[in-house]
Formats: sequence, C-alpha cells, structure tokens
Amino acid sequence: MTTNAQAGKTLLAKKFRSFIDPEFVITDDETLKPYECDGLAMYREMPMMVVLPETVEQVQRVMRLCHEQAVPVVARGAGTGLCAGAMPHKEGVVLSLAKFNRILEIDPLARTARLQPGVRNLAISEAAAEHGLYYGPDPSSQIACTIGGNVAENSGGVHCLKYGLTVHNLLSVEIITAEGERVTVGSDGLDTCGMDLLALLTGSEGLLGVVTEVKVKLLPTPEVAQVVMAGFDSIEKAGDAVGAVIAQGIIPGGLEMMDGHAIIAADDFCQAGYPRDARALLLCEVDGTQEEVHEHIAEVEALFRKLGATSIRTSGSEEERALLWKGRKSAFPAVGRISPDYYCMDGTIPRRHLAKVLLAMEQMSEDFGLRVANVFHAGDGNLHPLILFDANVPGEFERAEAFGSRILELCVEVGGCITGEHGVGVEKIRQMAVQFNDQELQQFHDVKAAFDPQGILNPGKGVPTLKFCQEYRSIEHKQHKQHKHDQAGLSHG
Amino acid sequence: MADQINQLQEQVLQARSRGQALNIVGGGSKSFMGRLMEAETEELNMSGHTGVVEYHPVELVLTVRAGTRLDEIDAVLAEHGQCLHFEPPRFGENSTIGGTLACNLSGPARPWAGSVRDQVLGIRLLNGKGEHLRFGGQVMKNVAGYDVSRLQAGALGTLGAITEISLKVMPRPAASITLVKDMAMDEVVGLMNRRAGEPKPLTGACWVDGKLYLRLAGAQSAVEATARAWGGEPLENPSAFWQQIQNLQHPFFANPEQPLWRFSINSSAPTPALDGPWLLDWAGAQRWYRGQATMADLEPLARAAGGQVSLFRGGDRTAEVMHRQPEALKVLQRRVKQSFDPDGIFNPGRLYSWL
Repeated sequence: MTTNAQAGKTLLAKKFRSFIDPEFVITDDETLKPYECDGLAMYREMPMMVVLPETVEQVQRVMRLCHEQAVPVVARGAGTGLCAGAMPHKEGVVLSLAKFNRILEIDPLARTARLQPGVRNLAISEAAAEHGLYYGPDPSSQIACTIGGNVAENSGGVHCLKYGLTVHNLLSVEIITAEGERVTVGSDGLDTCGMDLLALLTGSEGLLGVVTEVKVKLLPTPEVAQVVMAGFDSIEKAGDAVGAVIAQGIIPGGLEMMDGHAIIAADDFCQAGYPRDARALLLCEVDGTQEEVHEHIAEVEALFRKLGATSIRTSGSEEERALLWKGRKSAFPAVGRISPDYYCMDGTIPRRHLAKVLLAMEQMSEDFGLRVANVFHAGDGNLHPLILFDANVPGEFERAEAFGSRILELCVEVGGCITGEHGVGVEKIRQMAVQFNDQELQQFHDVKAAFDPQGILNPGKGVPTLKFCQEYRSIEHKQHKQHKHDQAGLSHG
Repeated sequence: MADQINQLQEQVLQARSRGQALNIVGGGSKSFMGRLMEAETEELNMSGHTGVVEYHPVELVLTVRAGTRLDEIDAVLAEHGQCLHFEPPRFGENSTIGGTLACNLSGPARPWAGSVRDQVLGIRLLNGKGEHLRFGGQVMKNVAGYDVSRLQAGALGTLGAITEISLKVMPRPAASITLVKDMAMDEVVGLMNRRAGEPKPLTGACWVDGKLYLRLAGAQSAVEATARAWGGEPLENPSAFWQQIQNLQHPFFANPEQPLWRFSINSSAPTPALDGPWLLDWAGAQRWYRGQATMADLEPLARAAGGQVSLFRGGDRTAEVMHRQPEALKVLQRRVKQSFDPDGIFNPGRLYSWL
C-alpha cells in the first residue's frame, strides 16, 4: 500500500469510528483475514477494511461516505455464497450486516415476516413454525446463510419448482442506495405501481443497493410430505421418469437426481440405504393434504415402476423421509470425503437434454482427467456437477476451472444458462460473455449506472466489461473449435 | 403466426431518428389503462408479431411472440392439459400476452399460483436504441444478469417493446369446487386470511355482494375432503363466476363510466372506510372500489393498509393514475427508463407524468 493509500485508509477508518463502535471498524490484517473469501474459497482478496454497523442509519452514513470518496463497498451476509460475490475489493470496504440478526415481526394472519437482513434463512421457518407456517426457499446452506444474502443471490433450494425462488417469496425490501438514500421497494400488497424494481434488485448480487430490511411471505406448512426413492439403470430412464411425473400433472415439492458416483459417495457417508448399483437415483417428494399425497404417491410409484425403476422405496415415517433426504443433503460433504477438493458448478438446462449433457460431461471428465459427480435439481433443470480435484497438485485447480467453464458453455449451447442459483460473482464473469452479447451486457451496465453512477457497489462482479468479453470470446472460440474437433467422435455417438 | 421483428425494429429505429413518440399496442384491449399520453404518438402495433416459438409440455415452458392472443395460448396449452396458472384477465378477445406482462395483470388464483411476473422466465425486448435484446431464458432457475424480464411487469411499455416471452406453465387442476357463504364485509377479511393460512388446496377467495366465494382446486380427494371440512354451499357453474371476476365482467364492474379504483394492500388490513361498493379478491390483497374520489384522498388510506392504490379505469386520466412515488424512487425509475430508452420514445407519460 502506498503512503497516500495508507493515509486515506487511516482517515476513512477514523471517520467510520466517529459513528460506529470503534471495535467494529476492522483494519488489522489478522482480524480482516476471515473476510478474504466467501464460500468459494479459491478466490481470495484482503479488504482494505471491514465495518460492522449496528443501525440502518450507520449503514446509510457508511454508504454516503463511500459514495463521496468513491470507495468500493462489498456488502456481506454470512459469506456462504458460492460465486465469490462477497469476495472483498482490495481498495474497498466490506460492509458486514452480521449485526442485523433480528426477526422484527411475524404476522401469522397476513402470513408475513419482517426481518433484518442478517437473519438466517432457517431461523425464519423455525420462528414461524408455531403458527403452522414456514418460509419456502431452502438453499442447502440454510442453517447459515442470511435472508439479505438470499435476496442478493435470488437463492433457490430443492423446493423451487413448486414454491419458487426468493423473488417469488418477497413482499418488500428496504435498501440503502449507492448514494445513501433509504428507500422501500414493494409493499405489504402483492404488487406495487410502476416498474418492478423489487424483481430487479433480487439477484442483483449487491451491485444495485444494500438490503437493510426484508419482508417475506410465509406459507402454510403442508400437512404431510412423503418421498419416493427410485433407482434406475440409466440416466435416460431416470430423466424420462421425471418428465412422466410432470406430464401426469403432478408438481412434486422436491425432485432430485443423483448419478452413480454421487449415490455411492452419499451412501458411504450416511448409510441412507441407497441402491448402490443404480446409475441414477430419483428422490421425488410429494407434499400437501393427506388425501392429495396419498393419491399422488400411488401415481408416482406406479409411474416409476412402469418406466423401469430397478428399486423403489417410499418413506413410511418422518424418520425414514429424513434418512432418504440425508444422503442427498450431504452429497457435497460426502464428495468432499472422496476427494481432497471439489468444485461445484451450477448450470441450468432444459431437462430434455439431460442425458446428452451428462454423457458429454463424462467425455470431458476423461479429456480433463478429473472425476465428476452429479447432483441435479431434476424438477427445475439445475445441475450441480461436482468436479473432484486436488488443490495441492499444481495445475489441477486450473484444469477443474477449465472443465467447469466447458460445462457452463455446454449448458448455454443446449438452451440453458450459466448459473441457476449460485450467482455470477467473480467466478462466472467470463461465461457471461457466452450467455449475453455486447448490447445486452451494455444494457446491464446502463442499469447498474442508474443505481450506482460511480460504480462503488461490488465493482468487478456480475457483469464483465465489454473489452474483457471480446478477448474471452476470441480465445474461447479458438479453443472451442479445437475441442469440438477433438470430440468429433462424441457428436456422432 | 408471423415473425415481424424486422419491421418492428425498423419502425423503432425510424422513430428514434425522428424523435417520434411510440404508443405500443397489442390487441388494444387495455388502452383504457394508464394515463392519457400528451405527446403525439405513432402506433407500434405488436398484434401481428405472433405465434408459439417453442413449447415443451414436459419442461412446463412456453415461448411465444408478444402479440400472441391469450385465447390462442389457452388452446395450445389445453391440448396438453396445461394452463397459465395466473389466470390472465381478458378485457376483450384480442388480449395479448405482451400486454398482460406490461400491465402485470393476473387473475383470482394470483396469491397461490403467482402472478404473470412470477411465471416469466425470459423475454426479448426492443429497447429505445432499437436493439433487440434477450434476457433470462427458458429455464426455471436463472440468475445470470439482472432480472430485466420481470422488471417489465407493470412498466406499461415505458422501457421498450416486449417482443417474446418465455413462461412457466402448469398442469390444470384435476378437480375444483367453489363454496359460497353469506358474510358481512367486516367479518370476511379475517376468515379469508385464516383459510389462506391453512395447508389446503385453496386457489380463490373473493367477496362480493355479501357473499364469500372460496375455490378449492387440485387432487379430487383433497378438494372433496376440504370442502366437507369447511362447509358452505357448492356453487353451480363456478367457472362462469370466476371468469367474471378474472375478466372484470361481474356486474360489480358493469358501469365503465364510474371510476374504478384498485387497492393492492396487506391482505389482513381492514377495508378502508369509504362510501360505495367494494369487491374483495386475492383473499383480501386486491380490493376494488367504485366511487368518485381523488388520488390524494385514497393514497393515505392505501398506505395505512400497507399498500398502494391506482385508478384502474375511468376518472381523470390526465392526472396521475398510479400511486405516487417517493422522490428517491422517482429518481431511480427515471434513470432506469433513461438506460433503456434514452430518447424517451416509448409510451411517454403513460405510467407517470414524469416518466
């Protein structure tokens, strides 16, 4: 750090300490260290400083000061994100909302919860449970992740097909704009007049504003939920079975698929009783009233049997349901046990291309010399390939990254997208150039400028510069052609 | 079925170069909505840009050109036992999907099935520079880039001309029953909210003329069991009633001359004390009021009920017809408008006088 920068930092910290408890204005390397990355630990950067305000007025003053001095601001919740969206800026301030952890109000009659942004996702459902209500979106990090972060990432979970993403479950958010204005977007009604800024802010990855309060809808807890587990001897058959359930007019609460590698890893990890010889496993959960679940479970079982399931097991109790889900829910740590490191991808595809994409992935796995295990939100087409690698082997992470990159491009090629629920952040900023053209990216930049004229909110994330894209596309184009050439056999196969 | 994108794009480019304001029109069934535009406008007619681009029933995804009529979409979906779950209102047989999204219009199932905005997965849009852009996609989950698709909901075409829409579609419910009960308005809000808080297959809760209508839809056994538990008279020909509510054809809406106000508020809030008839829908979250009033009178009442009010039909349409915005939100929306439509050619003043 230059002398000038050092002096600027000292002065800024002094200003923050004039209105924030000095203990919560962090400037020393040792205390800053835990903030250097989010859940995607491969990407790291030390921030200039971290502040932990305790009131919305303090957040507002932080923003005003940073706007005045054009200092980058990276808002941070629990830091569980998986796209380096909360990775600090080296000349910027990390604005932690960890102290905003109170549930402000639960209204059982209107079925809403008013929350500070640092409230944990699971805590909402826990608090609402006594009223027979819960909060729909349940990302797998729900024990730790915060509602503010969920808004920033438009988080999903395993129940999205039926209950929607964060954007479908919000009523309003209060934000502090880049210029330090405090505004509420949305209302207690189901819509408001004017353009839908609430939708625009949801999933904007901290680039358009800092969330300081959130009001969410709560749903009545279903009377009953039951899960059918079915093993199949091919991915195609399992994929067809998913389509058949939906064609039948049944919208499952959750519909998950795992491939052979993931089945074995998960079963080793928690002895869920999965069919270890199956090439694909489906978990289909139906929830609703007693009568509805009874009717639909019977239909699902019959369909799976007809479509060639090699094994079928239906949960007969809450314990059994929890056990069957346990394998799926612990798939990531389970894979973590069979490999020193893994890299989780997040593309979404139209489901009809599933078999083709998984087959291509197997081929890539051979080409790159890295194993891959697949867990898949089958209902909504969201793939989570886990690329296994060892960070201690020089070059392996780079290979994992290149492999991941190819997977995401393949998702776009078949009509899908580069990220279903983890966000772009730093991690997928290159692939944005594959999904969007320059005019579209420029439109994103223009939207960003409407909210943040100086570009201080989470700079360098989410949307790549056009110059960067042109370079990336030209390199990729050459490599891609080569790759296609190498894979000529596959396309005929 | 026709792809008219080239003509539409050419017209936008021309208009931009001449500084000509454009009035985006689909089927023209919603021309009564929004403000009267002061500027001399030229029509940008979307009604010829029609047709299903892609439909994969098993994916639950439909992609159509924006000028496609809702009736056509219904027919295509019905072949596969599917439907638009948000029950788009039709104010005439020409109502299009593009207009439905621009106006963010959804029917009685909205609190349970989501709105048109909720079901949108992606769009293509002609912005004010005449660029034909694609946002979102054809998959349920997609967080790449800002959600420009849903931003269009309620923007009344002020950000550009929507040319193509991908939507989530859903299976039609297997069975449906509507229960009717006599009830006074002051009692009904609490009951509708309590019913909505139960894990039962409720998909409609409406009150009009002293009667509460609760619609149950889903698996046959679940619908029947809930109907037995809740009680009430089964309504004969329920779909006719719900269509009247959906399309504002119920006698409550009969007098098009009288101002019609729409309150979008906290579902559990007491109904504002105003003389004149009310119709409550969406389990209390959408309430229609008929009567002479001014925006300035009604805004505080809507705010006290946790929401907003708009002059949906009739009345003075040269004044503001949408709940007025605080200054900070005005600034943001002006800048967003500017980012899409730098010369202000799309529907100037239709949404707000200042937009």
